Amino acid sequence: MKWGLAAFLGIATAVLIAFAWLQSGGLTRHAMFSAGTPEEAVQALMSEIRAHNYQQAYASLDRSSDTDLASFIREMAGSDGSLRTYSSLQTAEVSPLHADHDEAVVRLRMNWSSALGSLDDVRDLRVRRDGSVWRVVWPKPAFATVPPQVVSVNYLSWDVIGHNTSQTWGAQDVDSPKVRITSMNAISRPGRVVIVGEVENEDTVPAYLNVNATLLKADGSPIEEEGSFDLISHVLLPKQVSPYRIDFPGVRMDAVKSVRMDARALLVPASADPVIAVTDQVVSKDGLNRTVLKGELVNQSGRPVNIAQVLAAYYDNFGKVIWVSDGYVDQALMPQVPVAFAVDIPDDIAARLKNYRVIVNHYSRSSN
Amino acid sequence: MKRIPENGFARFTRLSVLALLWVLPGWAKAAELQVPAVVEAGRGFSIPVKGSGQATFYLVGPDHVVKGHVSLGSDVQIQSSDVRSAGLYQVLVCDDSTSSCTSATFEVKAAPPAHLSFFLHPSRVPVSTRDSIDATAFVFDQYFNLVWTPAAVDFRITPASGASFSRRGSTRNGVAWMRMDSTPHEGRVQVTAVLGNVEEARVIQQVAAEACGLRMKAVGSGNKVSLETDPVRDCSGNALPDGTIVSFTKIDKLGKSTVDTPIKKGIARVQFSVHGRAQISVACGVVLGNEVALNGGL
Repeated sequence: MKWGLAAFLGIATAVLIAFAWLQSGGLTRHAMFSAGTPEEAVQALMSEIRAHNYQQAYASLDRSSDTDLASFIREMAGSDGSLRTYSSLQTAEVSPLHADHDEAVVRLRMNWSSALGSLDDVRDLRVRRDGSVWRVVWPKPAFATVPPQVVSVNYLSWDVIGHNTSQTWGAQDVDSPKVRITSMNAISRPGRVVIVGEVENEDTVPAYLNVNATLLKADGSPIEEEGSFDLISHVLLPKQVSPYRIDFPGVRMDAVKSVRMDARALLVPASADPVIAVTDQVVSKDGLNRTVLKGELVNQSGRPVNIAQVLAAYYDNFGKVIWVSDGYVDQALMPQVPVAFAVDIPDDIAARLKNYRVIVNHYSRSSN
Repeated sequence: MKRIPENGFARFTRLSVLALLWVLPGWAKAAELQVPAVVEAGRGFSIPVKGSGQATFYLVGPDHVVKGHVSLGSDVQIQSSDVRSAGLYQVLVCDDSTSSCTSATFEVKAAPPAHLSFFLHPSRVPVSTRDSIDATAFVFDQYFNLVWTPAAVDFRITPASGASFSRRGSTRNGVAWMRMDSTPHEGRVQVTAVLGNVEEARVIQQVAAEACGLRMKAVGSGNKVSLETDPVRDCSGNALPDGTIVSFTKIDKLGKSTVDTPIKKGIARVQFSVHGRAQISVACGVVLGNEVALNGGL
């Protein structure tokens, strides 16, 4: 009886210890330190990053990695209120590119989920054999820094004093900004109808604008109404032009007789700062052989832009807008520091593409 | 007399009295009330009532009902406060002893103009734009009755620069309006509607129209080029306001670069790095400017 109780307590303790080990990621750690293949090494590293165990992940890297812990965490977890700080690693796909006895190159496709949708990050990584296990060689991220300086910003900003509701009928008020849809093109895409085009703020004051479209049947009755949501630059400064895209999923083009467009603008306070340059834009193929428009964003102001969205309009030979695509940048735009971006272009659009234009939407957490 | 304001109960009372008036003529006594056909709003008057004894008096207006007691053979005094609203009124006098009633109808017309409600649209307008300014004036008397009698309203236009001028419009159904072109110079334009000694002023902002003859010049330094527009003006020579976006586009061997930059002190500036031959263009809204070709080696 006495031995039976001792045996029971011993077994129970062992089970609880094993359970705690599993809970704390022991299996993953075991896999990491016994990564038998380059792919396993990368997957184990991604498991640690997914669990926000950055120190463990950093400890598993090959010694020849020239990054330090702070840079590694900053790269993976994000900083400065960037979109990466609001993201989490969802999936990681690893495919081998090259391998020999001691070293391999793998392609890693990380998919990050964020409040603004999913973001892909594709990298080619070196993986080295370290005894019986493989370890990832993580390159040092290139965080450009700008020397301390004072940047004078004296761009215009607009404030609005609205109509006082206690005033009598007919009292003076200020009108909403005048905006104009300068182009509209309805195109058929697989499983949906898409309206693309451009809209201009023709006024001398900033506008907050929304573009809505209603698809109409032959008898004039509406099929569906949709808005441009985030595929537009909502705040337009005077004479600024924004592309827009409105998707109608599940609608077939042959059911549509006409489209009713509606651009609504509100007068809002706004600032002409920051100015963001879009440099070195080229259409090329990315690591996954997709056609992308890539380039760099340079924040020319003196304060960080936390989240930036790239909106691109594509034109055919006749100057007609044939597609609008967007992409969020998961790094903050620090002053004067170029940050790379890439937005997808469907292959059939790329084949007809003659020209393109890029604008940047931005969000800054701090205010003046 | 007791004045009953137009609340739910008063409306019920008024409707009841109107219903009474509808059925009364059959047995109402024909002792006619002598009322003026037309009365000016806010002007009291009296109505002589023949007979003897006591009677109940009702005045049913468009927005209120007055009830009181009168002695037959004397005058019923209608207070100025009881006839402030323009419209049709009915007077009803019912003899308390015989229950016979007499009624009459009169109209209250608006008093002389005392207020103008003035709408000027839009609040901003590009210069030299045809039929772009609408001015509409509604004429009211001191009790805010719309004055239907035709009256001449002067619209005095005072531009920021140049001579003032005026347009005259006659009211139709209480409303006078005019439409005019914006003038060629930007700035504040005051439009004042004047009717007798009544004035109401509004301000419209004339702003620069689309850019015209947009030009830039380039100054190179190393592999950088600084671009600067001439002062950006419209076709009438007005400077486009600061904050207006000017787009610069450079194409060189590294690809295309674009900067949307606001005008500052009348001029838009930008700096690009240039690699090899480059072509640079400028635009403001839908207006294209000149192009600059750089052959590298700045």
